[in-house]
Amino acid sequence: MSVTFSDSARREFDRLLTRYPDREAVILPALYLAQGEFGYVSDEAIEYIAGLLGVTPSRIEGVATFYTMFNRKPVGKYHVQICRNISCSLLGAEHLIEHVSKKLGVRPGETTPDGKFTLTKAECLGSCGTAPVMQVNDDYHENLTEEKIDALLDGLP
Amino acid sequence: METILTTHFANERYRHVDAYVELGGYSALRKALAMEKAQIVDEVKKANLRGRGGAGFPAGVKWGFLPKDLSRPRVLVINADEGEPGTFKDREIMRRTPHLLLEGIAISSFAMTIHTSYIYIRGEFVREAKVLEEAVAEAYGKGYLGKNILGSGFDIDVTVHRGAGAYICGEETSLINSLEGKRGWPRIKPPFPAAVGAFGLPTIVNNVETIADIPWIVTNGGDKFAALGVEKNGGTRLIGVSGAVNRPGVYELPAGVNLREIIYTHAGGIKDGKELKAVIPGGSSTPVLRPDEIDVTYDIESMGKIGTMPGSGGVIVIPEGTCMVRALSVLMNFYAHESCGQCTPCREGTGWLSKIVRRIENGEGREGDVELILDVCDNMMGRTICPLADAAVMPAQSFLWKFREEFDLHIKSKKCPYGYRF
Repeated sequence: MSVTFSDSARREFDRLLTRYPDREAVILPALYLAQGEFGYVSDEAIEYIAGLLGVTPSRIEGVATFYTMFNRKPVGKYHVQICRNISCSLLGAEHLIEHVSKKLGVRPGETTPDGKFTLTKAECLGSCGTAPVMQVNDDYHENLTEEKIDALLDGLP
Repeated sequence: METILTTHFANERYRHVDAYVELGGYSALRKALAMEKAQIVDEVKKANLRGRGGAGFPAGVKWGFLPKDLSRPRVLVINADEGEPGTFKDREIMRRTPHLLLEGIAISSFAMTIHTSYIYIRGEFVREAKVLEEAVAEAYGKGYLGKNILGSGFDIDVTVHRGAGAYICGEETSLINSLEGKRGWPRIKPPFPAAVGAFGLPTIVNNVETIADIPWIVTNGGDKFAALGVEKNGGTRLIGVSGAVNRPGVYELPAGVNLREIIYTHAGGIKDGKELKAVIPGGSSTPVLRPDEIDVTYDIESMGKIGTMPGSGGVIVIPEGTCMVRALSVLMNFYAHESCGQCTPCREGTGWLSKIVRRIENGEGREGDVELILDVCDNMMGRTICPLADAAVMPAQSFLWKFREEFDLHIKSKKCPYGYRF
């Protein structure tokens, strides 16, 4: 199934091309656009970006697979990423990961059967002063407790 | 106490250009545009401004590495890839005073005759990237960025560029490859970025905090900035304190502050009235300190004398009752995850460090495992293109040197005395 950017994504892509002296610098921003438009970076999305930039799909795939934020497989409506690095760990992050894992009935790396949540263990999110921290889609949630996580996840539509 | 960066952190409006200008913002840029470019660079050199990303290289000296010849355009890249565990200061600058960073970029660009600049921000900071993009748009609208800034005839373009979740991209040549749309693999140096950097052009890469200090230096002079700190380390530093303290957070303190004072006075001491067990003083890569070592001035030279460094200003406080094997396991797992895989000693070494420390933590350690870890470290340190291998080795060695008995006890008793598994 072939994919195409919406008009607004296409305009953003064209604007990005004017910001760099080399077209290939647009690969990362284009992958973000694709992920936003299609939900994840599918093989078709890779071929589409390769076509727009005039490079091989393997050139794009090599980049997409290097970076953890490009999802090569679909993720849930809410991508719950809990930091497990040192400062969060010192304040009990592992217990929170276990708690969410039980609550959602999935292990880290898995998606709930209804497609609502994906749980991931994240490395340092750069918010150590408000540890423990998790990121749900674009937003950070800080100074977490089990109660806070429950209230948040239960409240998501 | 004099503050440079955090003065208006609490003011919500300050992130917008109107409030920033009302409180004196962009006046340093006006002043700079009337100065000789060499004079601005001289002030930065006099300031003893050391790079705030971790390596601590003098910023003015770094700028001086650009080729004299102006025939090739130059690029300024702001390293906003803040990823060193324990470090969370640049995020605060970007979301609370984005125009301070932009003013620093404009002044630095003018001083170095640079017309193109990129802010490479870590991908997870989606909201901060948005704040920056709004600030950039405001600055273009008011003529602080764009064509002919403030009627000076000088053009500056700034673009916010998001990374995508790779710790290695905080290393400047990896960051440059990533900016060019490649895998974030570090490059062999030389050539250094100042000669051949982004898009093959002479490039200066500076940390967010480093550049945010520039407007104050231009307004008040390099000497005054230098005087805020100690010898060879000018100004203030943003120090992030995390882990088991009563008041975790970012503190702006003189570069010569004492480490004990950071933890006990500013961050309010150890949480729940516990005793201190260890401190990782400058981000996860820096060698760990025992409680009897923390009466030290938090500058590069003093910390160097006791075998560690203030790095990126991330103080991680470890309380009594923490299993040090488990703590090291968390760190080694991180470095194994983040090794880019380009150099064999790092790709294989970080993986083995992670596996061996984990098996010790899980009660499966073998006689000789400690020596094996130290041997793996010897085969990594200094043997790779970039310092990620060193960054993994420094905590591994220092944890073993200073908390050896915990590792031995795990191996001997075949379990974690704290009852953990990793």
